Amino acid sequence: MPIRTVMKANEAAAWAAKLAKPKVIAAFPITPSTLVPEKISEFVANGELDAEFIKVESEHSAISACVGASAAGVRTFTATASQGLALMHEVLFIAAGMRLPIVVAIGNRSLSAPINIWNDWQDTISERDTGWLQFYAENNQEALDLILIAYKVAENEKVLLPAMVGFDAFILTHTVEPVEIPDQELVDEFLGEYEPKHAFIDPHNPITQGTLAFPAHYMETRYLLWKANEAAKKVIDEAFAEFEKRFGRKYQKVEEYRTDDADIILVTMGSLAGTVKDYVDRAREKGIKVGAAKMTVYRPFPVEEVRELAKKAKVIALLEKNITFSVGGALFQDFSRALVNEDEKPKLVDFILGLGGRDVTFQNLDEALSIAEKALRGEKVDEVNWIGLRKEIL
Amino acid sequence: MAESPFKEDIERVQKEYSEKMTLGAVAVIPGSSVVNKTGSWRVFMPEFNKDKCVRCFLCYIYCPEPAIYLDEENYPVFDYDYCKGCGICANECPTKAIVMVRETK
Repeated sequence: MPIRTVMKANEAAAWAAKLAKPKVIAAFPITPSTLVPEKISEFVANGELDAEFIKVESEHSAISACVGASAAGVRTFTATASQGLALMHEVLFIAAGMRLPIVVAIGNRSLSAPINIWNDWQDTISERDTGWLQFYAENNQEALDLILIAYKVAENEKVLLPAMVGFDAFILTHTVEPVEIPDQELVDEFLGEYEPKHAFIDPHNPITQGTLAFPAHYMETRYLLWKANEAAKKVIDEAFAEFEKRFGRKYQKVEEYRTDDADIILVTMGSLAGTVKDYVDRAREKGIKVGAAKMTVYRPFPVEEVRELAKKAKVIALLEKNITFSVGGALFQDFSRALVNEDEKPKLVDFILGLGGRDVTFQNLDEALSIAEKALRGEKVDEVNWIGLRKEIL
Repeated sequence: MAESPFKEDIERVQKEYSEKMTLGAVAVIPGSSVVNKTGSWRVFMPEFNKDKCVRCFLCYIYCPEPAIYLDEENYPVFDYDYCKGCGICANECPTKAIVMVRETK
């Protein structure tokens, strides 16, 4: 029987790792993710998880140890956030290039300077070009489920890519919510034993991993990463479907909420999706034709689903906790790419909000919606809007 | 002229080697780096004067490749397929039996 309990997203991530039975966990503590390896080390010390727990001196070493272990042929796990993920940066490319299905839990946090330990998505968004799969959880249950799903997809032989699962700092990492811990037996059936396809140590058949590629071969490796990301789209759908069948919880790359007959769709990710859905309910009561959509999967970017979503609205408002300076939010760029050559497309309005743990309130969403409504009426609005700024201190 | 002690390995790799991309760019044939003939990188090549050689083996010991091996009489033989022309052998040679000369191709 699954256990219904209450826990923080950090604990949910640790439980997901325990259920996935990785053989090697290498981790370095960082706010807000510290509790994840802390809890896992407890599982290992108590004999509840048969794994090697490697205490390392930096996040660079943590992910490097995971690369080594994964290259040796075992399932691996780590957790980090913010500067820790940034320190992993160069190794993230290596993990993807070597096609190692490592799974990393991220407590999504802002980047320095100034130092700030609170939530936005800049850490993972900044790693969007590494070739890693990216999932974003709305709540603690999703944090647990998406880590299991991430393993399922990452280890699929058509994919073989590392994956990161993000859940918002403090809003989820440190907040206690009801979580259902699935049966170990069911998880075992869902994931199976990890059987390495290409990356493992066999003394009788020596291979070299992490090789040098000259200009005559490097570009093909990038193309194969591109193809693997494309292939992951279908594999993710299949994994979502199988997960729903086994565990009863439904996931979609782009989850729509009250989008039928909507004029405006508010698109977001992570825990903000919960706030936005609630906001949509209230706006609907006032007769405003607004819907919501949540990006559960950000990489590979679900181009087809976004195009389908775009057909349902006249204005798409992107609510995002990240910024690419002089351009706008990452979702704004990716939505633009998905829609630029469509014959009929909605207007896109970008909203930068909630950076560095700034609370996103209904008043903020009112402000965003009123700008989106202006765009709906054909009035000219800024493409990129900063919401919730304290203009009085600027 | 003596044969390379790696001749068998080189021939095996040349037979098995394929340019076909593998997952994660894994090199599945041990020793496949021999297909990369690093001798093409050379600017200066070692020129050997047998009359001056005292067969001290220093060039053979110091060659980092190794692209120097010994013939039946223990004179050095240079493998120009893999000699990058680093000049260490010429630098170490106590009798100046090896000198580096600019190679014209």
